[in-house]
Amino acid sequence: MGVLSIFILSKAGGLIYHKDFGFGLKKLNNSNDYLVIAGTFHSVHALTTRVNPLNTHSSGLLTMEMETCTLHCLQTLTGLKFVVVTDNNQSNVSVVSSTIYEIYSDYVMKNPFYTLDMPIRCHKFDRALNQYISTVE
Amino acid sequence: MSVAPRPAVPAKPSSSTPNFAHERNDSVSTPPPPQQTVYDRSLARKRGEVSLSAFAYIFSEAVQYCHSRSKDVSELEHRLNLLGRHIGVRVLELTVLREGKNAKRETRLMPMLQFVHTHIWRTLFNRPADSMQVSTEEQLQYMIIDHRPLVTEYISVPRDMSQLNCAALVAGIVQSVFSAAQFPCKVTAHSMGTDEFPDRTVYVVKFEDSVLKRV
Repeated sequence: MGVLSIFILSKAGGLIYHKDFGFGLKKLNNSNDYLVIAGTFHSVHALTTRVNPLNTHSSGLLTMEMETCTLHCLQTLTGLKFVVVTDNNQSNVSVVSSTIYEIYSDYVMKNPFYTLDMPIRCHKFDRALNQYISTVE
Repeated sequence: MSVAPRPAVPAKPSSSTPNFAHERNDSVSTPPPPQQTVYDRSLARKRGEVSLSAFAYIFSEAVQYCHSRSKDVSELEHRLNLLGRHIGVRVLELTVLREGKNAKRETRLMPMLQFVHTHIWRTLFNRPADSMQVSTEEQLQYMIIDHRPLVTEYISVPRDMSQLNCAALVAGIVQSVFSAAQFPCKVTAHSMGTDEFPDRTVYVVKFEDSVLKRV
């Protein structure tokens, strides 16, 4: 199982979607802690866009490697962040995160009952995401 | 019913005529040549495909617009149904026009149902509907079944509006196709999902008694 977990962050740093895919993953005790992690990551990402010796635009933090897993971040033009946590052997993560972005634009943005920047509660998005993740090697 | 005026087709820029070609200054940006719009194409073309994304966004806005003006689910469905009726009369004309020499005015009930099931569906969605059934409970009631309606492909209905089916738009289209062909009826869309096809939609067509008297 390559993809362990997916977070989607709004442009203000709020957690609008979170789902674990890995089998038997440890959960945080408090669901508020997920919001805190999202907010913290958002701030760290904002810092890393500024910490740049070259006088050019920086995209900020892209991946974060740990001993057991790797965190990948895709920031869209609209400021949305797709954070994908995978194991260290996962290849082609940029394809995975852009496909998740595609599923988001299809099943969330085209849904008339979704309000922008609010938590995502669309069963077709869940279904499409589950279906896609199960095909990722 | 009034027909909206067509937007004026942009005239071709005079700079494209050869007489002025040598006077053109390339550093000044010239307006792009007018692209062929949907109004310039021949209506007889068999395939009039449009972008599904563009449709999905417009339909999503239309649903939000109707939703903000409705006090409950049935009113929202009614508004979507009314939207569809404007489309239906045109769809019937267009489909018959495209049939060309094979065009025929259906005057009997079963061939008309078959025509909607196959030809109208093909014009709208590029495939025939999945099945058609006769109701055993009521006379003059028929069901057209679509396993995967295109218009609700991306729409997740929230739990508190579970009886809503946005395919009410298609129901309105079908209703107005039948009415324009002199088969007055009421059409409603109902979600009857199965495990294999969670979006399966049944369009219930209930004809008025006047249709029976004629047949």
